[in-house]
Amino acid sequence: MAPMIEMRVAWGETMLELTRTHPNLMVLDGDLGNSTMAQIVAYNAPDFYMNMGIAEQNMMGVAAGMASVGMIPWLSSFACFLANRDLDQLRVTVTQPKLNVKLAGHYSGILTGKTGKTHIDVEDIAILRALPNMTVVAPADAVECRQAAMTLTDMPGPAYLRVTRDATPVIFGQEYRFVLGKVVPLREGRDLTIFGTGVQTVRALEASDLLAKQGISAHVVHVHTLKPIDVAGIVAAAKKTGRVLTTEDHNIIGGLGGAVAEVLGQHHPVPMKIHGLQDCYGESGPNDAILEKYGLTPRHIADAAKALLRAHPVAAAASQAKKAPRARAKPPAKTKPAPPKTVARPGKKGRR
Amino acid sequence: MPIDPVLKQDLQRKAVQVRKIVLQAVKKAGAGHVGGPLSMVEIALAMYFKILRIDPKNPAWPDRDRYVLSKGHSCVALYAVLALRGFFPLEEVFTYDAIDSRMQGHPDMTKTPGIDMSSGSLGTGASPPLGMALAARRLGKDFHTWVHLGDGEVQEGQVWEMAFIASQYGVDNLTAIVDYNKVQQFGFPKDGNIRRRVNPLVQLPEKWRAFGWHVIECDGHDFDSLIPACEEAQATRGRPTCIIAHTIKGKGVSFMEGDYTWHAKVPNDEELAKALAELDAALPAAAE
Repeated sequence: MAPMIEMRVAWGETMLELTRTHPNLMVLDGDLGNSTMAQIVAYNAPDFYMNMGIAEQNMMGVAAGMASVGMIPWLSSFACFLANRDLDQLRVTVTQPKLNVKLAGHYSGILTGKTGKTHIDVEDIAILRALPNMTVVAPADAVECRQAAMTLTDMPGPAYLRVTRDATPVIFGQEYRFVLGKVVPLREGRDLTIFGTGVQTVRALEASDLLAKQGISAHVVHVHTLKPIDVAGIVAAAKKTGRVLTTEDHNIIGGLGGAVAEVLGQHHPVPMKIHGLQDCYGESGPNDAILEKYGLTPRHIADAAKALLRAHPVAAAASQAKKAPRARAKPPAKTKPAPPKTVARPGKKGRR
Repeated sequence: MPIDPVLKQDLQRKAVQVRKIVLQAVKKAGAGHVGGPLSMVEIALAMYFKILRIDPKNPAWPDRDRYVLSKGHSCVALYAVLALRGFFPLEEVFTYDAIDSRMQGHPDMTKTPGIDMSSGSLGTGASPPLGMALAARRLGKDFHTWVHLGDGEVQEGQVWEMAFIASQYGVDNLTAIVDYNKVQQFGFPKDGNIRRRVNPLVQLPEKWRAFGWHVIECDGHDFDSLIPACEEAQATRGRPTCIIAHTIKGKGVSFMEGDYTWHAKVPNDEELAKALAELDAALPAAAE
């Protein structure tokens, strides 16, 4: 079974690591350090940490000012606040002047520790992707989160890192190398391509296991960088199978599905289905119940894949003109993910 | 304490010159703001010709003092002052609002030499100066950061978020100047209709004091009052300073002064001629 690690812990430890090599780094905290794990920096490298209080608009502007003087500020708050509360400040003082400000959007997606609709951000990718000059990254696990945080720190310009709260399976080994802007094929397949992003990629891998048992061969591709989107990588992955399913723990409007549709609609149209939050807000509840009610489990992804294949029995690509043969032997998987599981955290949940 | 009379006379002449440039640039652009730029002229001149440690030939000098015009809509006056100070040719100010111009309708740090932060959405310019001041402290630099706020702008909550955090960290290398002209775009206190009244301005000094700031009030059109206030702010230790500069919106042109309709209106030919004549008439007085 794959180890389970909280991405937020990986982020906090990576920030601490970066303080040793980046004297100009500064973690700015919206007073959520014991939720976001900015506390790892606060306790171990206090010179690299400042609590900016419950005042995100000011925090965003402070980051812009620091970046203009040559510092590398990392804002740490919940995704729902960073993508919404201070959006005008982000737009006018960070993305318009292309300042070197990094955002760690914690508690992203739908699993936010029972905090419910205000804290479940189903629109952050759509909003931030629409900002010119912005880079948007949603890692799949703690290993990738660490590498992405390092890459974004050394990349000039504004960037958003989508971080999750609860422990999730680690799918990448230590040999994995994150390359900004490049999709990562995780599993070969020929009946359809499943694009996933963030931790939903892990569920996509699990869905491909379910599909394999039913004789359906899914090509699974991880899209960690939602902007700039990997046009060539997405087109190549779509050409392999001629049918595309996207899945994300985000609204079906403007997120991964939107980004992939923008690419394929212009460069290689194929039958496509967008799976994710059905243009609705979330609610409080245990993780398993939330995933079940909002249709984001591996089983739901597999069902969406089958619906796509039923609606489009013949794949679009010329190379796929013949009906794809069924029940092919599954190619060896690169990684063997664990079944979906969440770990309850003892103690207080993040406040607010 | 009065400042050097030679400097004062020079600045007063420049103030007339800047006001004329503002009106002519807005006239040429056929768009832009008038009232706010005219109220900030002396403040910007005091900054760029007396207070700020800057090098117009090296606008990106890392150790320069920072000045952020948070009431970005008034930037045409700043462009005029920057041009007179040598950041770019004066002719360029008259490309204000033109396509491909470095003189944008609202300040753009990526385009205009001497602009330390982009602004234009009110309130958003308030916090970057705090970040600059905190960064200076963190990086061991001794530059001072100034933020020029509009009084209407302090209705924005972000200004008070900044005010709270700045005093929380005892940031004394940061000074806010509130351009207290008491008139805004549409609503203003003297208007008879209660629904048009927007009046957050009462007890403005008390508000800043309550947030932990050192507060100085001054006449924002009198260099003898303004410059000593700035010097007191520079010398203040342990907390940020707020200079409340009492100003007149549309200052220098009789029919524009205190009239909210001149917030953003282009003068017609007759109005422009009358305004320029009034400003010229003020010149000898300045030379006394």
